[in-house]
Amino acid sequence: MAAAIKYDDVRVGDELPRLVIGPLTRQDIVQYAGAAWDFSPLHYDQPFVEAAGLPNVVVMGMLTAGMASRCVTDYAGAGQVRRYKVRFMARIYPGDIITCGGRITGKLEENGEPMVDGELTVTNQKGEVALSGSFRAVVGLARPGC
Amino acid sequence: MVDRSFIGLRSRTFSMPIEWGKVREFARAIKDPNPAYLDPDFARRVHGGIPIPPTFLMTSMAWEIPEWESGKVVQLDYGNGVHGEQEFELLKPIFVGDVLSWTERIADIHEKAGARGGMMKFAIIEGNYFNQRGDQVAISRSVLIEFPPRTQAQ
Repeated sequence: MAAAIKYDDVRVGDELPRLVIGPLTRQDIVQYAGAAWDFSPLHYDQPFVEAAGLPNVVVMGMLTAGMASRCVTDYAGAGQVRRYKVRFMARIYPGDIITCGGRITGKLEENGEPMVDGELTVTNQKGEVALSGSFRAVVGLARPGC
Repeated sequence: MVDRSFIGLRSRTFSMPIEWGKVREFARAIKDPNPAYLDPDFARRVHGGIPIPPTFLMTSMAWEIPEWESGKVVQLDYGNGVHGEQEFELLKPIFVGDVLSWTERIADIHEKAGARGGMMKFAIIEGNYFNQRGDQVAISRSVLIEFPPRTQAQ
């Protein structure tokens, strides 16, 4: 995993460690449903999704967002994220393989804490953008947790 | 069907303990092997406590349902609607052992013209979280989107 990041070493444009996860499974969906108490029928009920015109149950956007957050925490350390915002652009289904990546877009100090801003993207195996996001994280205070 | 009359609706105050078992379960569900979540000794040594993953406050739903479910509160048509955006502002560190209290409210509902005609409806739900010392530690914003009703032409 990533080494400690020091604020002075950060350059705007630096890339986050890239993560490839999958193929995702129905078990992944069920496991997240239990962990987060996300029981929308969209995520487990095959007759429901077919009636809605979808080919399969859908991976929760927040599961994708959770997996993608590891890009940021691998970079800045666990517990260092101060803002995390995601927009869901395309559905992810069982069998899909996602790639999470991002880059640093700015450096700033807020209340004496050195921080970075960044953007985040998740694509599926066809290169379609499934999630687009942004974040702010503290760097260089605690040692990153990995 | 989402409409503006729901703006301002507010839940009662909910409360939940931040527990290591739940943090560990959530970290495994999002496939994050970071020892900060999985190894308490490591976490205390390196982080001064067991931190939470950035999206962990999604687990607060377990303490709200069935009393409050934002999509149902705004009468979202689940077959024709989505959770479109999510934001967490994590204002102060949250660790295992903290006890959070929060309320949810329907902060806004508005319409925009959809790309394929018809009006898309957006409901913004905001949660404000405080810890056991009364410090505000987080703000959650969810955007639920309902698409225009399907027509035979589509």
